[in-house]
Parts: sequence; C-alpha cells; structure tokens
Amino acid sequence: MMEPMMAIVVGLLYAAAVYMMLRRSIVKLVIGLMLLSNAANLLIFTSAGMTRGAPPLIPEGAMLPDGVVADPLPQALILTAIVIAFGVLAFAVVLIHRAYNIIRTDNLDQMKDTDT
Amino acid sequence: MTSEVALPIIIPLLTGTLCVLAWRSSMAQRLLSLLGSLTLLGASIWLLTSVLESGHVVMYMGNWAAPYGITLVADMLGAIMVVLTGMMAVAIAVYSLASASQAHERFGYYPLMQLLLAGVAGSFLTGDIFNLYVWFEVMLIASFALLILGGERAQMEGAVKYVTLNLLSSAIFLSAIGLLYGLVGTLNMADIAVKLGEAEHTGMVDVIAVMFLIAFGIKAAAFPLFFWLPASYHTGPVAVSALFAGLLTKVGVYALFRVFTLIFNENPDFTHQLLLWMATLTMLTGVLGAAAQFEFRRILSFHIVSQIGYMLLGLALFTPLAIVGGVFYIMHHIIVKTNLFLISGIVHRLLGTYDLKKLGGIYKARPVLSILFLVPALSLAGLPPLSGFFAKFIIIRAGIEANAWVVTGIALLVGLLTLYSMIKIWAEVFWKKLPEGTDDTALVHGKTSTSLMLMYVPVVLLAGCTLFIGLNGQPIYAMAEMSASQLLDPSQYIEAVLGGAQ
Repeated sequence: MMEPMMAIVVGLLYAAAVYMMLRRSIVKLVIGLMLLSNAANLLIFTSAGMTRGAPPLIPEGAMLPDGVVADPLPQALILTAIVIAFGVLAFAVVLIHRAYNIIRTDNLDQMKDTDT
Repeated sequence: MTSEVALPIIIPLLTGTLCVLAWRSSMAQRLLSLLGSLTLLGASIWLLTSVLESGHVVMYMGNWAAPYGITLVADMLGAIMVVLTGMMAVAIAVYSLASASQAHERFGYYPLMQLLLAGVAGSFLTGDIFNLYVWFEVMLIASFALLILGGERAQMEGAVKYVTLNLLSSAIFLSAIGLLYGLVGTLNMADIAVKLGEAEHTGMVDVIAVMFLIAFGIKAAAFPLFFWLPASYHTGPVAVSALFAGLLTKVGVYALFRVFTLIFNENPDFTHQLLLWMATLTMLTGVLGAAAQFEFRRILSFHIVSQIGYMLLGLALFTPLAIVGGVFYIMHHIIVKTNLFLISGIVHRLLGTYDLKKLGGIYKARPVLSILFLVPALSLAGLPPLSGFFAKFIIIRAGIEANAWVVTGIALLVGLLTLYSMIKIWAEVFWKKLPEGTDDTALVHGKTSTSLMLMYVPVVLLAGCTLFIGLNGQPIYAMAEMSASQLLDPSQYIEAVLGGAQ
C-alpha cells in the first residue's frame, strides 16, 4: 500500500518541480531544482523496494544477517545524493543572488543576451 | 599491481589540495598545477601502456571484490580518454601561466581546475554507475565555479542556464539509476549488464535507456538538448572555455558510448535508431547555428555541437568500423577544439575582442599564428592530411557500408558547411583589413612578449598532434580499433571486472 502512495508523491514532486522551473522568476527556478532533487531521492527510495526489515547487521560469528533485513544500499545512495544536491543547491542560491545583483532582474526572459 | 588506474584520479586531487594549501602564493600554485598536470600525463600514459598489454586494468577499492565494492576499471576507451585528459591538462596549465588573470588566480582558479580534472578522470575510469554520477557532480561543481570566475554579466546569464540544465540532467540521471537499481539490484556496470541480459526484456528497460539517453544527451549537448552550450561556453575565461570545449562534453559522449555498448545493447533497433536521429539533427543544427554567428567563440561553441553529432553517429550505426570512427573522432576533436579556443584567446590578447566584424589584419602582422589557426580549422572541416580527414572518412565509410545514405549525405554536407564557417573565421579575422579605428598597437607594434610566447607553446604542440595523427594515423587507428572491439564485445569487460570476484 505504501509504494503506490509514494509513487504518487514522487510524481507530484516531479510535476511541481518542472512547473516551478518553467516560471520566469529565478527564485522559483531554484525552488524547482530543490524539489527535483528531492523527487529523485524519493524515487530511489521507492523503486529499490520498501521492505520493512531489521537493520542489516550481521551477528557475531555469522556470515549473513538472519531474517529479513532492509537493503542499506539505497539509503547510502540517497545520503550521498542529498549531500551532493545540498552542495550544488547552495551554489545555485549564491549564483542567483550574484546574478540578480549584476543583471538587476529576476526575470529569466531578460537573461538572453548570450543566446543570440 | 593495478594501482595505476587510480593514479589519474588521485594526482589531480592531490595537486588541487596542495594548491589550496598554497592559497596565498599564485607562483606556487602555477608551478604546482604545471607539475601536477605533467604527472597526470605521465600516469595516464603508464595506464595506457598497461591497458595495451593486458586489455583491461581493474582495481577493487578496499579489496571488496566486484560487484560489492567500488571498482575502478580502465579499458582501451577509458585509457585513451584519460591520456587526452592529461594532454589537455598540460596544455591548459601552460596556457594559464600567461592567460589567467590575478583576480581569477585569487579566487581559486588552479584548485578548481585540478578538481575538474579529477572529476573528468574519475568519470572515465569508474566501473560503478552511481560513482559515475558522483564524479559527474565533482566535475560539475568545479565547472560551475570556473565558469563564473570574474563575475561579468554575460557569465552570470550563461551560468544560470548551464547550472540549471546540468542539474536537470543530473536529476534525470539519478532517477534512472534509481529505477535501474530497482530493476536489477546492483550498481556495478558489468554486473548490471549481466543481470539485465538475464532478466526479461520489458518496456521498463527501454524507459531507463531513454532516461540515460536524455541525461547524457544534455551533458553531451546533443540535439535537441544542446542550447545551453552555445549560451554559456563562450562566456568564461578563455582557458576555461578551451578545457570545457575539449573535455566536458566528451564526458557525456563517453558515458553514452559506455552505457549504450555495455548495458543497453539488447534492443539496438530502438535505442540506436533514436541515437541515429539525434546524431543527424545534432550535426545539422550545430553547423547551421554556427553559420549565423559572428562571434569567434560562439562559432566554435556551435561547432562543438555539430561535431558531437559525428561521434554519436559512430555509436548509432553500431558497426565495428563506425565505433572505430566514433572513438577516433573523439580523440581528434578534443585536441583540435581545445586548440581552436586557445587560438581565439591569443587573438583576443592581440586585438581585445572576439567580434569577427571588429577583427582583421592578423595575417599581415602575425603570419605564423594565422597558419597555426589553419591547422586545427581545416582539420575540423576534415581536409587531408590532418586528423579530421581520417576521423570523418572512417565514419562516412561506415555509413556507406551500413547503407545509411541519407545520414551519410548529411554528414558530408555538414563537413562542407564546417569548412565554410572555418573559412569565414579565417577571412574575417586573419585575412581582411583591420577595420578603421581599431586599436592595433598590440598587434602591429607590440613585441612578442614572453607571456605571448607561453600562449603559443600549447597551440604549437596541439597543432603538432593534429599533424602527427594525420600523417601517422596507423597507431592511433589501431588503438581506436582495439577499443571498438572491446566495446562491441562487452563480455571481455564483464569478465575482467567480475572475474576477480571469486
């Protein structure tokens, strides 16, 4: 039951992220990027299988953990991805702040001098 | 020992750290970056020789055998790319001695450059798909910071687009990794290839393949995802533009080559047909975009897009000869394109602008520079006896053998249009008279100073490489052929990575 709900949440997050990124304001662009990385993280979490299990600790002397354990790898992936996304997002926030100070506008439509 | 496969990643990281430690002294940073780049080149050549001997060099991090630990693996393609990274590192390090301004140096130009190199080398050598993502991010963060060094208006505008599109691409890449992990439960690329081959082929695999195609297509600036590149690459400091032009997009192309030969080789009718269309339109739109431009570096940026199309064409045709052509093209293009950007920097140093309409008269004052420009320019257009001729020739021959007449015809047409824009640059920048009222003191009266000589050094060396490949293509062709045979027979790669797992 949990997985379909998560799937819907992930889809909504992606939709919201794309919607925000397609607005003209650079602030909304950053919010969109933020939502996007969270959506990707939740997607990994969901698609790797949401089993309810014990922590994957191996008892002393054994080679394998006994019983059903949760897969630790997606959590490690998400943790890495969160750290990276946070770093990049911090950069993006500073960038749009500087960009706003230099270009004096927050409208993406007016940032096309380098396009043509 | 197989530790040579880790060296190309460790050396730039170490050099970058040392550069940070020498933060206050630009002199020490310059020396360190030059030394580090030379060491990187040496280590990468060592890696190439051991790959030539043994086929694949594999290293298990922390001695955790694949598929449990993280694997570093160099096959021929990876080794070639790392050697080219080393060459570009040295070229840019020498060029930066003269071209980097003090303001850039103060804000960490050298450490960022080394971090970028570490990210690029890491992407080429990792055997783990999540690690590929991590190295991509290392590379991206360094490139973001390098692109906005100086903080001019145009840089900010370019950077907003560059950052956004690359973050979008990373998010798609990450989602694709998540879905793939959900499907096969492993991250090691060789292991994924095995498990995906055993699993039933469902529509989900195609969805994931297309997600990878979009993610790497954005990074490689393939049609229709290329527009961020000409909007941003020409805004940064010129040495940075040159490095980006040579290496960064090629990382995307490399990832496409890796993923679509090793993992998604089950259903080539679908994926490679898609690639074929992308490649054709990339070639065409890139070159047409370039024809309309009158800014030196913007023309070159559009040409990156168009040349990416040729490389993808090599992958899309998916015959042995076509893959050889694709690999050859990557090698040739990294050298040539970096060189062209470096020359645009020298022209800027002489006349203070990149605008074609305001430039001119360089042939009269500096004939050597003009000839040096012709070497990579004609090579890019594919004239014999330069490297570009063989690169184009192999791909077009492969296209004819595969009976892909339309695509081959377009490839030939694009070659002609490339020649047109290179001649346009030549005529406007070097041949025509200097427009009235332009300040030409640096060009005509200025002595060739030491710093200008330093800028010439990498240009001459890279032009030499282009000529060498053109006149003596056989060993290069043999290397491309070896990498193509490895790419088309993924079982070797799988065997090399998983073989040590017992």
